[in-house]
Amino acid sequence: MAITGIMLMGFVFAHMVGNLKMFLGAEDFNHYGEFLRELLVPILPRTVFLWLLRGGLVVAFGLHIHAAYSLTRMNRAARTVGYQSRRDYIAANFASRTMRWTGIIVGLFLVWHLFDLSWTGTGATYVRGLAYENVDQSLSRIPVGLLYIVANIALGIHLFHGAWSLFQSMGWNNPRFNGARRNFAAAFAAITVIGNVSFPIAVLAGVVGS
Amino acid sequence: MNELNLTLKIWRQAGPDAPGSFDTIPAPGINDEMSFLEMLDVVNERLVNDGKEAVVFDHDCREGICGTCSLMIDGQAHGPQKGTATCQLHMRKFADGQEITIEPFRATAFPVVKDLMVDRSAFDRIVESGGYITAETGGASDANLTPIPKPVADAAMDAAACIGCGACVAACPNSAANLFTAAKVSHLNLLPQGQAERFSRVEAMVDTMEDFFGSCTNHGECQEACPKEISIDFIAMMNKDYLKSKFKNRKMLSRS
Amino acid sequence: MELNSKIPDGPIAEKWTNYQFDRKLVNPANRRKYDIIVVGTGLAGGAAAATLGEQGYNVKAFTFHDSPRRAHSIAAQGGINAAKNYKGDGDSVHRLFYDTVKGGDFRAREANVHRLAEESVRIIDQMTAQGVPFAREYGGLLDNRSFGGAQVSRTFYARGQTGQQLLLGVYQQLSRQVGLGNVEMHNRSELVDVVVVDGTAAGIVVRDLLTGQVTSHSAHAVVLATGGYSNAFFLSTNAMACNVTAAWRAHRKGAAFANPCYTQIHPTCIPQSDDFQSKLTLMSESLRNDGRIWCPKDPDETRSPELIPEADRDYYLERRYPSFGNLAPRDIASRAAKVVVDEGKGVGPLKNGVYLDFADAIARLGEGTIRERYGNLFEMYERITDESPYVMPMRIYPAVHYTMGGLWVDYELMTTVPGLYATGEANFSDHGANRLGASALMQGLADGYFVLPNTISNYLAPQLGTQPVPTDHPEFRAAEVAAKERFDGYLAIGGTRSPDSFHQELGKIMWDYCGMERTKEGLEKALAEIPALHAEFRKDLRVTGSGESTNQTLEKAGRVDDFFELAQVMCLDALTREESCGGHFRAEHQTDEGEAERDDDHFAHVAAWEWTGDPSAPIRHTEPLEFENVHLAVRSYK
Ligand SMILES: Cc1cc2nc3c(=O)[nH]c(=O)nc-3n(C[C@H](O)[C@H](O)[C@H](O)COP(=O)(O)OP(=O)(O)OC[C@H]3O[C@@H](n4cnc5c(N)ncnc54)[C@H](O)[C@@H]3O)c2cc1C
Ligand code: HEM
Ligand code: HEM
Ligand code: SF4
Ligand code: F3S
Ligand code: FES
Repeated sequence: MAITGIMLMGFVFAHMVGNLKMFLGAEDFNHYGEFLRELLVPILPRTVFLWLLRGGLVVAFGLHIHAAYSLTRMNRAARTVGYQSRRDYIAANFASRTMRWTGIIVGLFLVWHLFDLSWTGTGATYVRGLAYENVDQSLSRIPVGLLYIVANIALGIHLFHGAWSLFQSMGWNNPRFNGARRNFAAAFAAITVIGNVSFPIAVLAGVVGS
Repeated sequence: MNELNLTLKIWRQAGPDAPGSFDTIPAPGINDEMSFLEMLDVVNERLVNDGKEAVVFDHDCREGICGTCSLMIDGQAHGPQKGTATCQLHMRKFADGQEITIEPFRATAFPVVKDLMVDRSAFDRIVESGGYITAETGGASDANLTPIPKPVADAAMDAAACIGCGACVAACPNSAANLFTAAKVSHLNLLPQGQAERFSRVEAMVDTMEDFFGSCTNHGECQEACPKEISIDFIAMMNKDYLKSKFKNRKMLSRS
Repeated sequence: MELNSKIPDGPIAEKWTNYQFDRKLVNPANRRKYDIIVVGTGLAGGAAAATLGEQGYNVKAFTFHDSPRRAHSIAAQGGINAAKNYKGDGDSVHRLFYDTVKGGDFRAREANVHRLAEESVRIIDQMTAQGVPFAREYGGLLDNRSFGGAQVSRTFYARGQTGQQLLLGVYQQLSRQVGLGNVEMHNRSELVDVVVVDGTAAGIVVRDLLTGQVTSHSAHAVVLATGGYSNAFFLSTNAMACNVTAAWRAHRKGAAFANPCYTQIHPTCIPQSDDFQSKLTLMSESLRNDGRIWCPKDPDETRSPELIPEADRDYYLERRYPSFGNLAPRDIASRAAKVVVDEGKGVGPLKNGVYLDFADAIARLGEGTIRERYGNLFEMYERITDESPYVMPMRIYPAVHYTMGGLWVDYELMTTVPGLYATGEANFSDHGANRLGASALMQGLADGYFVLPNTISNYLAPQLGTQPVPTDHPEFRAAEVAAKERFDGYLAIGGTRSPDSFHQELGKIMWDYCGMERTKEGLEKALAEIPALHAEFRKDLRVTGSGESTNQTLEKAGRVDDFFELAQVMCLDALTREESCGGHFRAEHQTDEGEAERDDDHFAHVAAWEWTGDPSAPIRHTEPLEFENVHLAVRSYK
């Protein structure tokens, strides 16, 4: 769970940073897409490394979802007869209790997102390789823009717990930095969300695009 | 001393397989100096006097040390007072006229025996699987042969303070027993005497734990419910040793 | 009935070594051919069951708790003694032996006590190896403190939870044996009868507390490690479930009951706050190391403690016992408290306590140190009373705590029924008329780890090849029927009063007439009232519910029934022991300063009572006590 979570975090963060190039205009952004494909060339032929990355990503995702699924089943089975009166939680927060749901939202979003921006496109004129234009076309549709915003907020909530939880799961526990773990998670989640949400907003606001 | 007039909603269940339901029992004239269990004693005494069957609940030492008492009180394991077992909870924490809901600990591994009494023997299974140091009677060397730094002994003691009450499981949204297991594992894994079996111990205990209980997703609710305020830092310690065990125990095998 | 203590001969320091060499052994390959039943899995029973399992015997262990880890031993706070002399302050096996015999007011068997002192040393080694996190100094070595009645630092402790840590150590070791299949654990099963066939112990009958089912179990030997009977007083520091049933059922089957009147009243408990109170809470004796005990000089004192000037305070222990002061032994400290409270100088809403004051200690050592030492005890006190000992002196008063009396056992811990053993608090052996602090854990573990596993082979060896009596033997059948009838009987009475209400009333009689101070008149009064109340119990008891599922009211009824019979022999023993010694104080026998006055010429013996079928008329036998190594002296702590 944690290991795959960390890989996913790594991707999402890098992806968000990369996407910031959007603000530098079409040239840079598409050039960045090109750069991704050119990674480690000539050591490896074109796009090979990118595919490797994608492969890793797919695996991580698969395992993460599988872990999430079996975890959920296990925990359901661990309390077949639930409490008949209201529970009064003290530490468990909204984020920690909704990991499954925020996770699923992100998952579903992702499917849409892949069709939308890297496979076929979803209605709006889509031209493979012209990422900047694609983003512009797609996100300038208000419902889609909103979808992106909602999905990324869900991701943020997921990360708010996940990015803390992983320290416990990995056993990274030390009085010297324990205090910082929560802050890290909060910051990581915040930055990712703000970064990602800024795109649809920018597009809708016309800051990005033509 | 003040008098409280309370209404209790108590879970009654005739037996393990019988269906259960809440029974509303008025509890007038409760002295607020009483402990929560003394309040239940009074209620039971009245039930018996009315020819009704007394409410079954587990308890023994009434000093917060034996871990026999349990109870979900208004949705919290061991009730509202932090770091306090039900038997040490006093009625002055409740207000006159209050309705108090009392339910048994719930987890598949803690089947209800009757009313508020549950069977927590799954904890014994976890300890039997490795929660000990193999040191058969008679062979021990002088106790001062191995000095143990005070901070280490203290940390081990912090973990060893667990009273095995099961509130961590009851409070955990996942019914995970990680806090209990981590407390047992850490107590022994921290001590020099526990090193020889360190990794086989953690692997065996965690695997047994997972046969019975849910899995920890770090809600931290257990720590809040724990009458001994055992820290979830121990869960992290256990996870670390468990990950290591996956390699170290294989290494050991290759040596034999 | 003859009481043969089987004390080995030779000089005191060699008796145990010689015995261990002379005893018969069972060779390791043959041990699996023996079945042993251990009832009780506290320190004494758990240690015995685990050790016998390790040695290769087939062990069946029984407890009425839901897990061995719950035994009442878990509640011990203060610590455990051992003659390690790690502090180099002049301790030694001989000094621990001497202190224990003297502390017991010369009413214990020298040979047993010396063996206890010898084994004390190995207990600490064993428990440390088990992973018991005893308190340590910064150098990493074990820490010690001095404990009531001792002038050396020989008490090992684990915060305020020594009993818990020791029991968990034992429980873990026992769990290992359960996991390995050497010990078969029966939880929530209560012994309701002991079965004797042809004069030797054949097995036990137990009642499953979840289903009410009654079953028989037989073995080559039966060990009872079922704890003490302080709950005969209803209010005591013992856990709610502690009871005498196991020992009493054995007694009814022929095991003599020794010194039942020796009960220890612990000086530092939280005073009763009202009559709904279900039990009393002990505040560890270790508090007396830093706390000063006092009461106001003026019975009509109304000021709150911190406002009472030194001049108006009476530090009565320091005044009466300058050399031991606040560390005077339990019986002495308790009685001194009773004296001042009876003079009307008691404190608290019910004027039923005295102050245990930490102001000086906090001023001297700082609050940090005090918190470090007693933090959890102070919290416990505050939870119960809502007062913080850091600002307000604690209020304390004596409460029944421990019973030195118990099943009579010989040097091998065997009762008067061959094959039936008793260990731990359930036997009478090592503490005489008064137990020193931190000695019960020591005795329970010595019995369970090092004594019984040695002595039992002496009985088992000759039985090689024999089979335990089959459980369909008529004696077992009869016992099962009797047990069923007994419990159905309680349900059938259909009277008006709950078992608790009877227990409470019995407890009051015992506390008033057989408590801290006993008189001829009082005891005779008790001996008249108890049978009457018992008769009413049989007529007017009300137990609701059924016998087919968990029924705590029914369990309680059985235990109270046995307390009624025990209470009578306690009073008889107190009445016939025309002297004051240790925990037994007869007002008629005291010095001018109000100190206990022993009568060694007539009472330097163990009184062992034989069951006759009539609880009011048991037969008193005596085992004379010889003191060859510690010279009989008036016990003075001045
Ligand atoms: C509050 C408190 C504090 C104490 N502090 C100290 C201290 O600091 N130092 C010290 O040395 N001593 C102390 N003592 C005394 C000491 O704890 C006990 O004397 C000792 O633990 C007794 O151990 P045991 O194994 O003999 O009996 P227990 O621990 O009482 O075990 C009895 C066992 O027998 C079982 N049992 C009983 N009857 C039956 C039955 N009919 N059927 C089946 N099972 C049965 C029970 O389930 C239990 O497992 C303290 C006692 C109390 C009450
Ligand atoms: C508003 C925020 C986002 C924007 C604007 C965005 C933009 C893009 C773009 C333009 C591409 C296509 C790159 C290319 O084909 O050249 C892409 C691919 C991708 N995005 Fe996003 N993305 C966002 C959020 C996310 C999130 C939250 C996730 C994961 C949870 C995600 C996962 C992916 C993946 C897996 C790919 C495919 C990568 C590849 O084909 O190599 N994206 N994204
Ligand atoms: C289909 C998509 C997803 C699902 C169903 C899902 C579900 C879950 C669940 C149920 C947990 C367990 C809760 C816990 O351990 O605290 C979890 C943990 C976690 N998830 Fe996800 N998640 C998904 C996507 C993601 C993504 C895209 C990321 C990162 C960007 C992520 C990061 C994490 C992290 C870091 C953890 C904590 C791991 C741990 O503590 O062991 N998840 N996820
Ligand atoms: S960890 Fe705490 S809550 Fe869990 S069993 Fe131990 S004491 Fe009880
Ligand atoms: S509440 Fe449960 S999820 Fe883990 S941290 Fe505690 S066990
Ligand atoms: S009754 Fe022993 S811990 Fe509550």
